[in-house]
Amino acid sequence: MRMVIKGNGAVAHAVRLARPQVISAYPITPQTSIIEGIASMVAEGKIDARFIKVESEHSALAGCIAAESAGARTFTATSAQGLALMHEVIHWAAGARLPIVLANVNRAMAPGWSIWTDQTDSLSQRDTGWMQVYCQSAQEVVDSVIQAYKVSERVLLPTMVILDAFFLSHTYEDVEVPEPGLVDGFLPPLDLPQKMDLEHPAALGNLVFPDRYMEFRRKMDLAHQVALGVWDEVGREWGELTGRPYGLVEQYRMDDAELVLVTAATTASTARVVIDALRDEGVAAGLLRLRVFRPFPADLIRTILADRKKVVILDRNCSFGHHGIFHQEIKSALYELPAGQQPEMHGVIAGLGGRDVTVEDLRGMLMGVWEGRITKPVTWWNVLEAKGAETGAVAMG
Amino acid sequence: MAIDITTYDPKNLHLPEFDILHSGHLACPGCGAALGMRLALKALGPKTMVVIPACCWAVINGPYPYEALGVPVLQVAFETAAISASGIRAALDAQGKEGITVLAWAGDGGTFDIGFQSLSGAAERNDDIIYVCYDNEAYMNTGIQRSSATPYGAWTTTTPVESPKPEPKKNMVEIMAEHRVPYTATASLAFPEDFVRKLQKAQSIRGAKFIHLWSSCPPGHKSEERYSIRIARLAVETGVFPLYEVDYGTKYTINHEPAFTDINEYLKLQGRFRHLKPYHVENMRRNIEWEWKRLRAKVEMGEKLPLPPAPVHAPVDEGEHTPPAK
Repeated sequence: MRMVIKGNGAVAHAVRLARPQVISAYPITPQTSIIEGIASMVAEGKIDARFIKVESEHSALAGCIAAESAGARTFTATSAQGLALMHEVIHWAAGARLPIVLANVNRAMAPGWSIWTDQTDSLSQRDTGWMQVYCQSAQEVVDSVIQAYKVSERVLLPTMVILDAFFLSHTYEDVEVPEPGLVDGFLPPLDLPQKMDLEHPAALGNLVFPDRYMEFRRKMDLAHQVALGVWDEVGREWGELTGRPYGLVEQYRMDDAELVLVTAATTASTARVVIDALRDEGVAAGLLRLRVFRPFPADLIRTILADRKKVVILDRNCSFGHHGIFHQEIKSALYELPAGQQPEMHGVIAGLGGRDVTVEDLRGMLMGVWEGRITKPVTWWNVLEAKGAETGAVAMG
Repeated sequence: MAIDITTYDPKNLHLPEFDILHSGHLACPGCGAALGMRLALKALGPKTMVVIPACCWAVINGPYPYEALGVPVLQVAFETAAISASGIRAALDAQGKEGITVLAWAGDGGTFDIGFQSLSGAAERNDDIIYVCYDNEAYMNTGIQRSSATPYGAWTTTTPVESPKPEPKKNMVEIMAEHRVPYTATASLAFPEDFVRKLQKAQSIRGAKFIHLWSSCPPGHKSEERYSIRIARLAVETGVFPLYEVDYGTKYTINHEPAFTDINEYLKLQGRFRHLKPYHVENMRRNIEWEWKRLRAKVEMGEKLPLPPAPVHAPVDEGEHTPPAK
C-alpha cells in the first residue's frame, strides 16, 4: 500500500514485514523514531517480537548476537556514537556469522557534537565483515531492509542498511509498502545451520588456536564474494515481485558518459538534476551511484569506469591522512585497468557534518574537473580558508 | 526444600550424582571456578544454556572444536554476559521454548567492573536469567590484576606488595539486591549443598537472580591446591564472606552463622596476603565487624518489612489504555 512516511518510518515498516523475533535497541538521534515506531508496532501486536529495551548500544547489538545465536531473527538500529560504541560487537556479529540486520542513520562523529549526516560513522566499520548498503530514498530503505534479511540469511553475514540523517531519515516521501503476504513469500523464516540447541549441545565462539583462525576468516571473505552474486540475484527477484529491481550499483545516463560522478546515498538524487542539466548543455555527464559497498563490486565498477575521461568521486566522509573512503576504494578497483583505459580521477570531500551539497556544489565540482580547474587528487569542497593550519597545530576557528 | 547447612555433614552430601561438566576441561588444579560450574550444572540440570564472557571459563571450556560442558554454551564479549543471557531468553520466549534455564557465568572482572552496566540493565528489566559471578577476586585469566572485587590489602600484579590494594571490595550482592530483583545470594564452594539449594531456588523464580560465588584460585591467591576448599570455608568462618540471601532486596537471611575464626587462619594460607603488616590485619578485622553490623541491621530491617506488594492487574474488561497526549 502507498504511504507517506519518513525514511525512519520506512525502516520500521520494513522491519514489521521482515517479522523479526527479537529487537534489541537503544535510542539515539536521528535514529530514535525508528525504534519508537517499532516499539508502537510491537505494543500494538503488529510485530510479534520481544523488544529488549537495553541500557546501551553495546548491549543492543550484544542482545541481537545472543538472540540470533539462539535461533531468532533480530533487528537493531543506531547512529554515529552508538555505532562506534557497538564496534567491538560489530566485529563479533560478523565473526560469529550471524545474519543480523542493523539500520544505521549516517551521522557525523563528535566532537564537536553533530547530529547531522556524514558517512564516517558507517565507513569506519568497513573492515568488520558486515555488508553495507547505502540508500537514496525511503522506498529504497523499505526494499533494502527486506532484501538485507534475505541476503544475510543466505550467506550468514550481517548487513548494515544505511540512510542519511535528516535528508532521508526525517524526510517524508511517497512509498510503496509491500503487503505482508508478498514479503512472506520472498523471505522464508530463519533457519540457521548452527545455533544453541539442547539436542545438539555445542560451544559457540570459543577459543580458536592459530591453526584454525585463518580458516574461519577465509570463509567470511568467501561469503562476501558469494554475496555479490546473491545481492544481484535478490535485487532482480525483488524487481520481478514489485517492479522495483535493484543492482549492486545504479547507473544514470552512463551509456556514453565521459564525465562521471561517483557518489552514494541522497546526494545521488541531487546529482541526477545536475547530470540532466549538464547533458542539456552538451556535456556527456553520467552518475554512478554506489549502493552495495560491502561486498565491494570492484569488477563491476572497473568495467563501468573503464575508458571514461574524468571521474569525480564525492565522499561525505574522510579517512584522515589519506583520501575520502569511496575515493580510495574506486582507485584501488581501477588500478588493474591498462593505462590507456584509466580515467582521470579526482576526489572531493563535501557535506561533512550535514553541510548541504547543493546542485550548484555538484555542478561546480563536475565542471571544475571537466574544464581542468580542479587538478588536485583531493579537494575539500566549500570550506573556509584553513588559517594557520599549515603548522599542523591549529584545530579550531 | 531448604537444607540446614549448620548440620552439614561432608560425608553425607545431598547432591545430584550426575555430572554435566566433563573431564578434559582446562582448569588449573584446585580451581574453584571449575568445581563451581560442576555444582551449578548438577543443580540446574541438562536443560540449561550457558553464557560465558571473557574470563577463565572462556579457556576452561576448551578450544574449538571441543567443549567440556554437555550443554549449549555461548561465549560472548567481556562486558555482555547479562545482556547475552537476556537475548537468549528473549529468543527462547519468541520461539515458544519453555523450561530452559539461562545461566550467565562470569568472573568478578566481567561482573563487578566491565560487565556491570549490562548486568544492571538486565536486573532492572528483571529478565528471567540466573547470573552467577564466580569471584576469584582479581583478573586471574590475564594474570592476576586487581579488580573492584579484590579485597583490601591483597597483592596483585597491579597492586604490588609495596602498595597493596587500599580499597575494600565492592559489595556486589547489596548492589544487586538494591535493584529489587527477586533473589540475590552469596555462596561458597565449601558449602556445596547451600550453593545447590540457592541455584535451585533461583531456578524456581521467574526474573533476574544473582548469585555471588566466592571462588578459590591457587595461582592467583598463591595458595596450595589442596587448600582450595579449606580457604573457601575459612572465608565464611572468619566472617570475611558471609553466606546470606536476599529476597526482593528486602528480606535478608543469614544462611550460616560463622565461628568468627581468627582472620589470620584465612590469610596465612594465601601468599597474596603474606606481606600484610599488623595494621592491615587490624583494618580487616574492623571492616569485618562493621560489615557484619550492617548485615545484621539489614536482616533486622528486613524482618520489619513486607515483601513487595502483589501487582494489581488491569481488569479484563478495561484492557484499553489511553496513550499519553503528544
